[in-house]
Amino acid sequence: MNGWQTLLYKEILRFWKVAFQTIAGPVLTAMLYLLIFGHALEDHVKVYDQVSYTAFLVPGLAMMSLLQNAFANSSSSLIMSKVMGNLVFILLTPLSYWHWFVAYVGAAVVRGLVVGAGVFVIAAFFTHISFAQPVFIFLFAVLGAAMMGTLGLIAGLWAEKFDQLAAFQNFVIMPMTFLSGVFYSIHSLPPFWQIVSHCNPFFYMIDGLRYGFFGVSDVSPWLSLSVVGSATLLTFGIALYLLRTGYKIRS
Amino acid sequence: MPAISFQSISKAYASPKGPPGSKFLAVDQVSLDIEQGEFFGLLGPNGAGKTTMISMLAGLTRPSTGSVSVLGSDVQRDYAQARRKLGVVPQELVFDPFFNIREALRIQSGYFGVRNNEAWIDELLESLGLADKAQANMRQLSGGMKRRFLVAQALVHKPPVIVLDEPTAGVDVELRQTLWQFIAKLNKQGHTVLLTTHYLEEAEALCGRIAMLKSGRIVALDHTSELLKAASSNVLRFKVEGTLPEALRSQARVTGRIVQFPAHDALEIERYLAAVREAGLHAEDVEIRKADLEDVFLDVMQKHSGKAAPPVADTAGASA
Repeated sequence: MNGWQTLLYKEILRFWKVAFQTIAGPVLTAMLYLLIFGHALEDHVKVYDQVSYTAFLVPGLAMMSLLQNAFANSSSSLIMSKVMGNLVFILLTPLSYWHWFVAYVGAAVVRGLVVGAGVFVIAAFFTHISFAQPVFIFLFAVLGAAMMGTLGLIAGLWAEKFDQLAAFQNFVIMPMTFLSGVFYSIHSLPPFWQIVSHCNPFFYMIDGLRYGFFGVSDVSPWLSLSVVGSATLLTFGIALYLLRTGYKIRS
Repeated sequence: MPAISFQSISKAYASPKGPPGSKFLAVDQVSLDIEQGEFFGLLGPNGAGKTTMISMLAGLTRPSTGSVSVLGSDVQRDYAQARRKLGVVPQELVFDPFFNIREALRIQSGYFGVRNNEAWIDELLESLGLADKAQANMRQLSGGMKRRFLVAQALVHKPPVIVLDEPTAGVDVELRQTLWQFIAKLNKQGHTVLLTTHYLEEAEALCGRIAMLKSGRIVALDHTSELLKAASSNVLRFKVEGTLPEALRSQARVTGRIVQFPAHDALEIERYLAAVREAGLHAEDVEIRKADLEDVFLDVMQKHSGKAAPPVADTAGASA
């Protein structure tokens, strides 16, 4: 393995060594959401004609878990290394800022996809799920994980303490994921909140993924792909700039 | 080509005490060449700028002015090459709690693109007394063990230039001996060693050349033997009960009951002892010893205790 591959491997090994916490835990949480919301609302909510409410929930929950875990991977790894001081081991190496970017975001994508796939596999025991557009499933899953892994990288570079990162997670990431249509179609919202939802890139990730599974969505999948792709490229640009200038890691 | 070359480097930080926008210089226009194969000591009191210089060398801190190179590779422009040639043992006892010693060393090798490094990793573990701890998690190690690991990690990619930033701080005597034997062996094999330490007897024993820093500037630079020669050749040492008169106290180094005076000849020794007697004090356990590096260091620091002064340095590859 060369330098960046080693950093990628190390970042994957880091979360894999505590897989009970980083993989099994989030999958279990998503399953609890599925069981409780599915059981309580199955007979009361109908979003798409041919899709049960439990099946409707699965892509949203898988994407929500994927996004949150991709973010958590890069952000927690960086903040821990900064606080414990072991980031110096990487700072002393010949790795370029591109290498850092590829390794941290790559590992976040892997964790996000593993958790998302875990949610899907377990959910398949409870409900029937179709694969209308597999390419869209793949595209939205990878783009979503890459964008959130990159946001985690930015947050990890910015935060100096664990509580700053927790604030970012609780006041930005969590509301955006919950208000993105995981549990409902935005058509069921009042007009004002529909407009707000259309400004949330997470909505397009979940709606796009749903299109991949069911072939139906609230907005055009191409619009979703454009929004998610643009937002992902924007976060890439910011993260690369911060890494290149050594923001908060080289004085 | 020097192993390490600092060219007119300065580092300015925002001053925490002064008015907004004011800056203080942690390192001030230092130029210094360290030749290949040298065992070089960088000494100075806390806050003198030693760690800032090492941080600039390692690429952790960018110089405000000037440049630094390692074996001809600029640490900013050609950072990848410079870092491959450099192994740094950081001052803080840092570790990654997710990995055991062997895993951490393999990973560090990988960052430098070094493959099939098991034989060298085994040799490092053996030489530093870590072989039986290879599978131990970093959290289970004592402070001394963590320090040894940091040395192993800095050397895992076989760098020709080794930087040790206070490697024996808080380390027991046995480990210090093991560590120095190993580093001295590497130096004999041709590795250049740059050492910062507060243990001046270690610096005196190991370093061929020494620079002393104060307030970000080099205030002394010479071969260790020349620094010792230039100092007062002898030190009068005795114990005394009671307080010395101010006139004597200002010339002495006092540590508890122990009083030490720099003395060049017998006449000076007699004069000090007479002054102590006249003060109504009784000198016990009187001895005369050769001046050591600590005496030189204190002497140099005292001479430059005001505003940082121009350097007292030889011309062999240095100015400041």
